[in-house]
Amino acid sequence: MREQMISRACELLANGSVDRVIGWERGEFVYDVTPAVFNDAEDLKSRFVFDLFCGANLSKYLVSETAKGGKVLAFLKPCDTYSFNQLLAEHRVKRENFYIIGVECNGMADINRIREAGASGIKSISSAGDKVTVSTVYGDREFTLSDVIAERCSSCKSRHHVVYDELMGKDGEVLDSNRFDMVEKLEKMTPDERFEFWRGELSRCIRCNACRNVCPACTCEKCIFDNASSGFENKAAADTFEENMFHIIRAFHVAGRCTDCGECSRVCPAHIPLHLLNRKFIKDINELYGDYQAGAEVNERGPLVNFTQDDANPSIVNERGNG
Amino acid sequence: MPMNENEFKPKIVAFCCNWCSYAGADLAGTNRLQYPADIKIIRVPCSCRVNPLFVLRAFQRGADGVIICGCHPGDCHYTTGNYYARRRMTLLFSMLDYLGIERGRTRVEWVSAAEGNKFAETMNDFVSTVTKLGENKRLEDLRCANK
Repeated sequence: MREQMISRACELLANGSVDRVIGWERGEFVYDVTPAVFNDAEDLKSRFVFDLFCGANLSKYLVSETAKGGKVLAFLKPCDTYSFNQLLAEHRVKRENFYIIGVECNGMADINRIREAGASGIKSISSAGDKVTVSTVYGDREFTLSDVIAERCSSCKSRHHVVYDELMGKDGEVLDSNRFDMVEKLEKMTPDERFEFWRGELSRCIRCNACRNVCPACTCEKCIFDNASSGFENKAAADTFEENMFHIIRAFHVAGRCTDCGECSRVCPAHIPLHLLNRKFIKDINELYGDYQAGAEVNERGPLVNFTQDDANPSIVNERGNG
Repeated sequence: MPMNENEFKPKIVAFCCNWCSYAGADLAGTNRLQYPADIKIIRVPCSCRVNPLFVLRAFQRGADGVIICGCHPGDCHYTTGNYYARRRMTLLFSMLDYLGIERGRTRVEWVSAAEGNKFAETMNDFVSTVTKLGENKRLEDLRCANK
């Protein structure tokens, strides 16, 4: 796949259809793959990677790329295409500035799960089909992809590319995913249990703002959380409520626009399951206002900038679920 | 009713829209209808003006309950404001419930300018609900507690 991607990108750079390529490059470790911009064929051949750790959603980076002008080749996985569509809908990127190659994705690996499975001293990781081979200083370890797949990929919502100029590999289908299972489990708990659960999770927050920075839906240039007079721009929270407030507002700001790409949870250094907050909003929107998938259509009106005359009243919250 | 020093008096913030509910509160006042003084009314141009952050901020600053009152759906002075507010607040309340905050602390009620009675009844009912729930511990910001 990597070779195929590089050769196609070189072709497009050579014939002048694109000026830059946005993809992934290796970081300090094999599993530290980060988004990167490539300017020429040499660059691509030396740095470009595509492997099980290319989970980063490139759509977010297209917002700043579109401002630089020129045409950019972007490799987008199915979930990234939803974010791209959503950005198009919000006029944050210009479609004509991008040449999109949709790349097939069968799920990305989570380095933490590989470590939990007992691999340490990792030297390199390779994969072929469903097999993941981790070579460590203590010898090789074999895993199947399903053992080490990222949580967000095991409950993948769709392997279908909603927008692309050309495809590499197969286009999948919208999946009947189990992504709301954990939300349902939480809803069935008593309020006290839920409170304890979230206090345990959110109190680990160090307010690094990584969830905001990586989120493809968070594209405001001036963010409320950077406002020094807001009272909650502090890096270190003085008490537990700071995190509650930050995370409720963060999730609320992307409610109805969140495509559920799961980047917030991936980048969280404290491993807080932030996607569960976003999914709660998505689940509520689906249940109360009809099924809605942000980014599936460009010309759709989002659920929070829309209404019907017979929407439920807020008191419906008291009638539903466990309270 | 004799005042007991130790009796818990909740702090309640009511966001009332200028056109219906604030006038409804006024009517309740001119009709001499009783409702507890624990309600602090904040007048907003429309229920749709209420940012979810306002609700959280009220809790952060030590409110024990927050109620949002607006025109009845269909009667909004700005035609559609309360329809948007309705969706927003439904989702916000659902999220607060999801985080384990007591359900009784938040409410949305539609009160028209002619419903002074309903305003007083709603506030009486809301105050008694919140009084039963007691002090808001789960959403209070400790730094602001004594301000």
